[in-house]
Amino acid sequence: MLKSLNLGSTREREGSPWRGLWVVVAKDMADHLTSARMRIMELLIVLTAAGTVYAAMQNIRSTVGRDPFVFLKLFTTSQDPLPAFIGFLGFLVPLLAITLAFDAVNGEFNQRTLSRVLAQPIYRDALLLGKFLAGLFTLALVLATIWLLIIGLGILGLGLPPSGEEVARILVFLVGTIFYGGVWLALALVFSTVFRQSATAALASIAVWLFFMVFWSIVVSSLARILQPGEPTTLQQALNQAQLLQTLTRFSPNTLYVEATVGLLNPAVRSFGLVLPTELQGALIGSPLPLDQSILLIWPHLTGLIAITLLLFAIAYVLFQRQEIRA
Amino acid sequence: MNDENLVIETHNLTKQYGKFTAVDKLDLQIRRGEVYGLLGPNGSGKTTTILMILGLTEPTSGSVRVLGYDPERNPLSVKARVGYLPDQIGFYDNLTARENLIYIAKLNGLSRIEAYSRIDEALERMGLADVSNKHVGAFSRGMRQRLGVADLLIKRPQIIIMDEPTLGLDPEAARLFLNIIRELGDSGITILLSSHLLYQVQEVCDRVGLFHRGHKMLEGTVDDLAQRVLGGAFRIKLQTNGDHAQSIEEALRSLPDITSLRQGDNHWFVLEATSDVRSAAANAVMRAGGDLKRLDIEIPSLDEIYAQYFEEVEHAQIA
Repeated sequence: MLKSLNLGSTREREGSPWRGLWVVVAKDMADHLTSARMRIMELLIVLTAAGTVYAAMQNIRSTVGRDPFVFLKLFTTSQDPLPAFIGFLGFLVPLLAITLAFDAVNGEFNQRTLSRVLAQPIYRDALLLGKFLAGLFTLALVLATIWLLIIGLGILGLGLPPSGEEVARILVFLVGTIFYGGVWLALALVFSTVFRQSATAALASIAVWLFFMVFWSIVVSSLARILQPGEPTTLQQALNQAQLLQTLTRFSPNTLYVEATVGLLNPAVRSFGLVLPTELQGALIGSPLPLDQSILLIWPHLTGLIAITLLLFAIAYVLFQRQEIRA
Repeated sequence: MNDENLVIETHNLTKQYGKFTAVDKLDLQIRRGEVYGLLGPNGSGKTTTILMILGLTEPTSGSVRVLGYDPERNPLSVKARVGYLPDQIGFYDNLTARENLIYIAKLNGLSRIEAYSRIDEALERMGLADVSNKHVGAFSRGMRQRLGVADLLIKRPQIIIMDEPTLGLDPEAARLFLNIIRELGDSGITILLSSHLLYQVQEVCDRVGLFHRGHKMLEGTVDDLAQRVLGGAFRIKLQTNGDHAQSIEEALRSLPDITSLRQGDNHWFVLEATSDVRSAAANAVMRAGGDLKRLDIEIPSLDEIYAQYFEEVEHAQIA
């Protein structure tokens, strides 16, 4: 079927669309890792991590030995006035991702390098995917470094190694965080394709991020009221209303990420949203779920984040393919 | 014309942006080894034509063949063999000249050793060897333009396409760059260049095509065009010491290809001819017993041809 299709198509292109992909990835990663703005972001994240983890250690020293998941607490424990590290991640990761991609395409336009690069024997596909992967790998590199630093600090400060399950949970959490960054990376890539000015692309990306950070919960509560007006009179109605509210909230990548984080780093969490007393029959409240059950719980969130990333990348891809390259 | 020798061929090539037709049914044939000038004012469809030849923009209709390949279906084969110097060439300012070229060499799939030797050779040839480790951000426009050529040479192209190569260069840098173009042409590379600075490129082009609003209006060598548009294409001026004016005039008048002759002040004779009759004219003066003090020829410029031609076209349209 595929073969006959290929034979019939007169528009088939020669060669691989990914020719030159790794050259682009290597060059862009080198640019990212040496750029001043990345150094600023890295410094910011390292300082945040060091501060929050230090504060968390002060707090959890007393419970070491009793808690089987003390390393996970390094990420989630807050000590007034400092929020927990995951609280910071919720907005540092988008900021980092946007920093990496907001001038990916329009930067080449403005430097007038795009036509010269595309006159080389590569396809546009390789250039765009290369830029995205370079961003994603840089993000992964930075986050992995921070994760290792935190674990290292934890071993030094708490005096015991993490258990296998803790390591596994922390790794899955890392993957989730990278894809949460991937969403914002792809979004910034879309805007960098749409807008010729890098500043406009950066502002548009930050506007979307702020919208989901601050305004989405407000929008959702008023939307829910419009869709299901009136005070709920029965239990069923109240349930429906709460469920609608939760569904709408989950359209925000932030919500998906926060729920995934909670599910992974707090093994006692067994459900999000409303739980009826009948559903809890026989459950040992407060006892931790095994790792596979926790992953099952956050699986929709992970796939959701990956799906948004792919969708946004596809949009950027279509826009970039259709773009006229003459300035 | 032998088909083997046609390296760029377009047939009925058309590009429309919405209702605006940028290039209209263009038939272009460029032979191996020639330097062809795509000349015309801004907005006459030169850059669009170039982008279609490179496969960087899709034609609305018509076909292009570059070295036997279709740039739409075999873009990699075309781009591996054709070098393109865009009109406003850009480099990564945060990288050095050498690093910029390494990126391009890698995109062309060259091995490290091959890339390094070609880069050294190209930088040397363009006179940039001693600034190769400087950041491109500090380069002048002329240096960038030469780095652009070094960038083309890395893939050892059979065809080089240059869009407005002398735009924005000072006269000295432009002259230097025209020399480079001529050298590249002499080394056997086919060159297609576009420009609106007619007087600059007329001396390097073997053939030119004059563009106007997406149409190719005139094509040929500069002499050909002068012949066709200006009629008497060669204007020769002779100055004598004033003796035997009568017999000199008769001798000159009997020369072949003369279209007009008049005597000016200070013993100047001005004659217009359809071919270069300088030596015949000088001989004629000698034979008539005159003493030749000066002999000048005014070669018609493309600017003149262009202005004259479009004046005629516009008059024809009004009438």
